[in-house]
Amino acid sequence: MIELRNLTKEFKSKKDRIVGVDNVSLTIQTGEIFGIVGYSGAGKSTLLRCMNILERPTSGVVRVDGVDLLQLSSKELRKTRQSIGMIFQGFYLVSSKTVYDNVAFALKAAGVENSIIRERVEELLNLVGLRDRINQYPSQLSGGQKQRVSIARALANNPKVLLCDEATSALDPNTTKSILALLKKINKELGLTIVIITHEMEVVKEICHRCAVMQDGRVVEQGSTFDIFSSPSDPLTKRFIETVLSFELPAKLLESIQGKLVRLQFRGDMAAEAVVSDMLQSFSVKGNILHGKVEYIQDVPLGIFIMEVNGDELEVDQALDYLRGRVSKVEVMDNE
Amino acid sequence: MSNIIEILPELNIAFFQTLLMVGIALLVAVLLGLPLGIILFITDRGLFLENKWVKSVVGILINLIRSIPFIILLVFLLPFTNLLLGTTIGPLAASVSLSVAAIPFYARIVESSAREIDKGVIEAAVAVGASPWMIIKHIILPEAKPGLITGLTITAISLIGYSAMAGTIGGGGIGDLAIRYGYYRYDNTVMFTTVILLIVLVQFVQYSGDFIAKAVNKR
Repeated sequence: MIELRNLTKEFKSKKDRIVGVDNVSLTIQTGEIFGIVGYSGAGKSTLLRCMNILERPTSGVVRVDGVDLLQLSSKELRKTRQSIGMIFQGFYLVSSKTVYDNVAFALKAAGVENSIIRERVEELLNLVGLRDRINQYPSQLSGGQKQRVSIARALANNPKVLLCDEATSALDPNTTKSILALLKKINKELGLTIVIITHEMEVVKEICHRCAVMQDGRVVEQGSTFDIFSSPSDPLTKRFIETVLSFELPAKLLESIQGKLVRLQFRGDMAAEAVVSDMLQSFSVKGNILHGKVEYIQDVPLGIFIMEVNGDELEVDQALDYLRGRVSKVEVMDNE
Repeated sequence: MSNIIEILPELNIAFFQTLLMVGIALLVAVLLGLPLGIILFITDRGLFLENKWVKSVVGILINLIRSIPFIILLVFLLPFTNLLLGTTIGPLAASVSLSVAAIPFYARIVESSAREIDKGVIEAAVAVGASPWMIIKHIILPEAKPGLITGLTITAISLIGYSAMAGTIGGGGIGDLAIRYGYYRYDNTVMFTTVILLIVLVQFVQYSGDFIAKAVNKR
């Protein structure tokens, strides 16, 4: 649905040039929810804004639904933008207009006939669950409700793509959850392709099918969300994953450990306990589970256990080899 | 007291002359200053009709007029007024130079109140595929409305002040009355009356402006 080829965006200031996006190529499939993660200043927002030419790339190709956006006249671009919805961290509703008029504006901008507008606005507000707020002003709404209005506005002209620029970053965790659930729902029901920019790995874990990690204007890693979570390769990706899957053991506990500290990773369909008890029975080692967690990534469980394995060194190594054959990942950790 | 009653008819005429002068100038300010202010804003860097050339030409033109002191502008525009109306006397003639002064004054106010709008709101409208005209009509004007009204109040009050100057060179109005009776004839009663009248007028304009601006503000 979205294809970026060798996309570069430079910002010229008086003295020097700053590279916002550095030669990025990405393909986002129709109907998927794609996350772009990175710290602030990584260029992710600029990259997103290149997808509807709010920011004109310095070089490269931007293709949305087969249309090369950089070849369009400004009139054609406006028409195309109607099929690319966008929501923002700051909501950006028109404060002098009611909820109804805010959503209706998008329809008027697309030249929709007046007689249809009322019905369509009501339909959209039903979808985002704000039908009863139709005559209120943005200042009377909570952050989550404002974001729902802006989603309704973005969906007004039946877009094929929805771009979300840190759409949940200004919201509290509960509201974030409900907005993500709404995005998930419209992705399923309307088959909408969604691109999400965020610095919160939680968001990616919750709804993204695939994701890319950005640093200094470049994509350092991309893949399916489960793969990224279960086997991150770039150090930055690992740091991001740790924000969701962190296992801090108390220092006192670490001191008392005599054997090997092992981190086991299971893919959901494996019974973790069974594998561990098999191992304990087959080898003369003692095991002690110190920490464990099962995370659901895109509804696929990912189990991580930290255990201490005690015993004869040779026997321990054999036991670990046995585990390597059975679980998806075995890592011997530093005791320090 | 008796001299007040004596000049009451004249005061009445002068009052309406002032209203006429200021009214015409305000109307012209809205008709021409508002679009110019909007042009200044939307051609600015990073906005949807960014255009350095147009921005600087309009900007320089506005600064040019604004840098001329009103009393000089008044004299400077006499030939133009004569060409336009065939006379340089009377409130209508005075309203020409008042209008010329009001246009750039209001344009700058319009520009600065448009700048108060969150750029993101405009960007969201661009992202929705709205045309420049749609954005001006449905986003910029409604969002800037309280500022536009406050600005019109400021312009009106400045114009009331300017109209006194215009009065001295034959424009009529309250200012003219005050100068003629108060300054040339040392008639303090008339002068005080006109001053009080002006104070009441300015207070009224300010109060109504604030009231309307508050009523349209939905923020």
